Amino acid sequence: MVELTIDGIRTRVSEGTTVLEAASEMGITIPTLCYYPGLSCYGECRVCLVEVVKGNRSSLEASCTLLVEQGQVILTNSEKATKARKMIVELLLASCPNSKTLQDMAANMGINRVRFKIKDRGCILCGRCVRYCREQMKSGGIGFIGRGTSRRVGTAFDITPEECRNCGGCEWICPVCEQACTAGNLIDGLCGGCQNLAPVETCLICTGCSESVGPQGHKVY
Amino acid sequence: MKRLTSAVELEQLRVGILSRREPEKPCVSVCGGTGCRAYGCEDVAKAFKSEIKRQGLSKEIELKVTGCHGFCERGPLVVLYPQKIFYQRVSPSDVSEIIAETVIKGNVIDRLLYVDPLSGEKAQFEKDVPFYKRQQRLVFGNNGLIDPTNMEDYLAIGGYSALSEVLFNMQPEEVIEEIKKSDLRGRGGGGFPTGRKWESCRNASSSDGLRYIICNADEGDPGAYMDRSLLEGNPHSVLEGMVIGAYAVGAHDGYVYVRLEYPLALKNLGIALGQAREYGLLGQNILGSGFDFDVKISRGGGAFICGESTALMASLEGKVGEPRPKHIHTALQGLYGKPTNLNNVETWANVPLIISRGADWYSQIGTDGSKGTKIFSLVGKINNTGLVEVPMGITLREIIYDIGGGIPHGKKFKAIQTGGPSGGCLPESLIDLPVDFDRLADAGSMMGSGGMIVMDEDTCMVDIARYFVKFLTEESCGNCVPCREGLDRMLDILTDITQGKGKEEDISLLEELGGVIKEASLCALGGTAPNPVLSTIRYFRDEYEAHVRERRCPAGVCKELITFNIDPEKCTGCRVCARECPQGAISGEKKEPHVIDQEKCIKCGLCRDSCKFDAVIIL
Amino acid sequence: MMNYYEKVKAIVDRYGGNHDSVISILQDVQSEYHYLPEDALRAVASQLDIPLIQICGVATFFKAFSLKPRGEHTVSVCLGTACHVRGAPAVLDEVKRQLGIEPSETTEDMRFTLETVNCLGACALGPIVVVDDKYHGQMSPGKAKKVLNRYKKAPRDRRHEETDVSS
Repeated sequence: MVELTIDGIRTRVSEGTTVLEAASEMGITIPTLCYYPGLSCYGECRVCLVEVVKGNRSSLEASCTLLVEQGQVILTNSEKATKARKMIVELLLASCPNSKTLQDMAANMGINRVRFKIKDRGCILCGRCVRYCREQMKSGGIGFIGRGTSRRVGTAFDITPEECRNCGGCEWICPVCEQACTAGNLIDGLCGGCQNLAPVETCLICTGCSESVGPQGHKVY
Repeated sequence: MKRLTSAVELEQLRVGILSRREPEKPCVSVCGGTGCRAYGCEDVAKAFKSEIKRQGLSKEIELKVTGCHGFCERGPLVVLYPQKIFYQRVSPSDVSEIIAETVIKGNVIDRLLYVDPLSGEKAQFEKDVPFYKRQQRLVFGNNGLIDPTNMEDYLAIGGYSALSEVLFNMQPEEVIEEIKKSDLRGRGGGGFPTGRKWESCRNASSSDGLRYIICNADEGDPGAYMDRSLLEGNPHSVLEGMVIGAYAVGAHDGYVYVRLEYPLALKNLGIALGQAREYGLLGQNILGSGFDFDVKISRGGGAFICGESTALMASLEGKVGEPRPKHIHTALQGLYGKPTNLNNVETWANVPLIISRGADWYSQIGTDGSKGTKIFSLVGKINNTGLVEVPMGITLREIIYDIGGGIPHGKKFKAIQTGGPSGGCLPESLIDLPVDFDRLADAGSMMGSGGMIVMDEDTCMVDIARYFVKFLTEESCGNCVPCREGLDRMLDILTDITQGKGKEEDISLLEELGGVIKEASLCALGGTAPNPVLSTIRYFRDEYEAHVRERRCPAGVCKELITFNIDPEKCTGCRVCARECPQGAISGEKKEPHVIDQEKCIKCGLCRDSCKFDAVIIL
Repeated sequence: MMNYYEKVKAIVDRYGGNHDSVISILQDVQSEYHYLPEDALRAVASQLDIPLIQICGVATFFKAFSLKPRGEHTVSVCLGTACHVRGAPAVLDEVKRQLGIEPSETTEDMRFTLETVNCLGACALGPIVVVDDKYHGQMSPGKAKKVLNRYKKAPRDRRHEETDVSS
């Protein structure tokens, strides 16, 4: 068992627990995006950052990948942590303005303006879809392509991969596009693209099953 | 070549090699570093070879192509032994004269000597050249003495004696203590105490006992090429350090991860590895000590991020170079999850030196917090471009002026950038700052791997900040949000500022964003990326404000904020620029001053290039 | 008709079919074909038994790899800090204008591929433009134009195009 202090409260958890889980056990909710229970932890969205205090220095670490350590001192809502979180969500909003998840998160954090140029890429590269496909469906038809600002989620050579089983899990688990449409005929790789960006030309009769209809709406045959 | 199986055999071999050498025999030593190769030194070497052969003097005159001598500005460089006469800017047409006059008769050829531009003094010997005088070339100096593909040269200067001492007269823990005592700090940028890293790697538990040694030769900072020159010019010094390190931490497998863009380094390293194995200095039962260790070479794929240790290890494992957080240090869990000790090329090259001459001697050099010497690449707006090795604690002023020879074309010094894209720009007011890990960090920059870019009054600091951010947006792995999105937005804002579209609040937004990117990024690329921006705002805020408030670029660089004009006093109406102009924007009567049509001008600079009268000016 | 399978197998075998050697294997494949053809990547994936998307991930992450055929000449403009400070951006602009392409692109007639490189370590010569293996130092926009003109006027060497046939 490991003893640590979170937000001034001492707690004991088993070794191998992450700080995110330890906090959750105490009823402290830390916001997350790339984290999903059941999938491996990625730690790249940086929304779940907490402040780890060591003596008179501190650093920000992703709580979803940080394992508990004996004597750790964690602050989940310090000024440093919340300031970073706000900026991160503001940056994400600038690259994914139509996402309801991000808008709600921003509202909760008190962000009321985006000071950056809006460049809608419709994806926050949280990798949930990639991990879901690889770990849950044991398929691995989608993955990351490229590097830096041109990094994106895609398929090999941008064609529908043989491994794809049309499970729709990649769409379902996506935190920024919220449709539950499980498309039957896939066109061009990832179901034709994120619904927020491109029309989904798959349903023979559109029942409008998805609650959030993107700016382009559905295309009906 | 029979494998050496004892320390005694190594010493006997060395004695034999030295006895066969004739120090008084004339030797032509041609610098063969990549810099000089770009200048055509291979043709110079060929010319020497054929001339020596033609005169039938192949037995009387030795020709050696050595590692980089460091004074890249003046290449091709040739040093003539035994007198150590130093010739610079040698061309193949000079070769027969050099043989006839200097090698055979001992006369100096004046026009090939280095002349100090300020004093007009000529320097006959390398030691008298101001560029070299103030240096302390403990690690790099051997480059000029050896042919990197000739094992005997390295043995002749005492190579592998440190390894022999370690294997037979020291316990691994004693080796670690010695390195700790020397206070050697990593030369790759982090400056972490090397001895401590070795110790934690040795003490880390490994279920199957496997441990690894890595040499990080993925020198990615633009403008820095010290590691390349060390690997090209003296690969055995690095190798010897690695074997000593492997013995100290208990590793039997090592890797050298070399940037793909360094073909000569890869080649010479490969040759050195083959030779070391042949001589029994690498592989099984090294020198008969019972210690096994071998090294594999791995090539980079063109990714700056792979200079970061966890990304490097991922790449070695065949994966994309994605860093992981260092909650658990790589010394404890690194390559394949095993304890791994990674050090930079220059760090490894310092190890045999420390063992040979002792930690006490080593720690006399440098400052309290930074011991030993450091090799810097001094480049940019500087007269004496090249690689310099100086003791820690030397001031920037001494490096820039005494060694570097000051700023060319009589321009005014403006800033010096250290630490590559992770570092910062330091202004004239800090020119007397001693170069030391902690002092540079306190000033808002860092030592980094050793790149030192000198900038003058014609350099726009906002443009420089934008340059570094652009570089990093392309090199970022793109995984974590603060780095990927944050740097991209920093680039947007900086681009706007350089194009005259900046807003008043942009500067404070850059500071705020920079602060978050530093703290929230997963790895050190993002963690240090804002440094160039933050340091230029700190020391050159007035330039940012001029761009934002006055839409003016004081240095005359940012295209949208400058205009190309023709000075009517200087223009002779020769029409050369008008013919060069791709847009047909220049007009005027023959022999009358010409005029540039600003509407058509795309600011390509071809007119300025072609004008022989300096009549094209930037406003 | 390209038989990627055989050549790729020879390369993969050279590395013992080791997963860790993926990057080296792709480098050797690229040396063979001057770029990474789609079918060669498929062959690597199947022979190493690694998901194709993962191979694509590696091939698109490292700048050394090109998934498109390259031109007869590779023109590399150094954009290292020292070269930048000495005026490399203006040189790059002129090269772009002369060739009519952006970095990482190849001219339509397959003569030139333009790349930018972040420091060749020959800073004393900056700004530098490298064409194939030849270094052209102390470049300015005007000089770069002259250098390119020389290559443009030179006769074409079509040998490299033999391997660029797609099945």
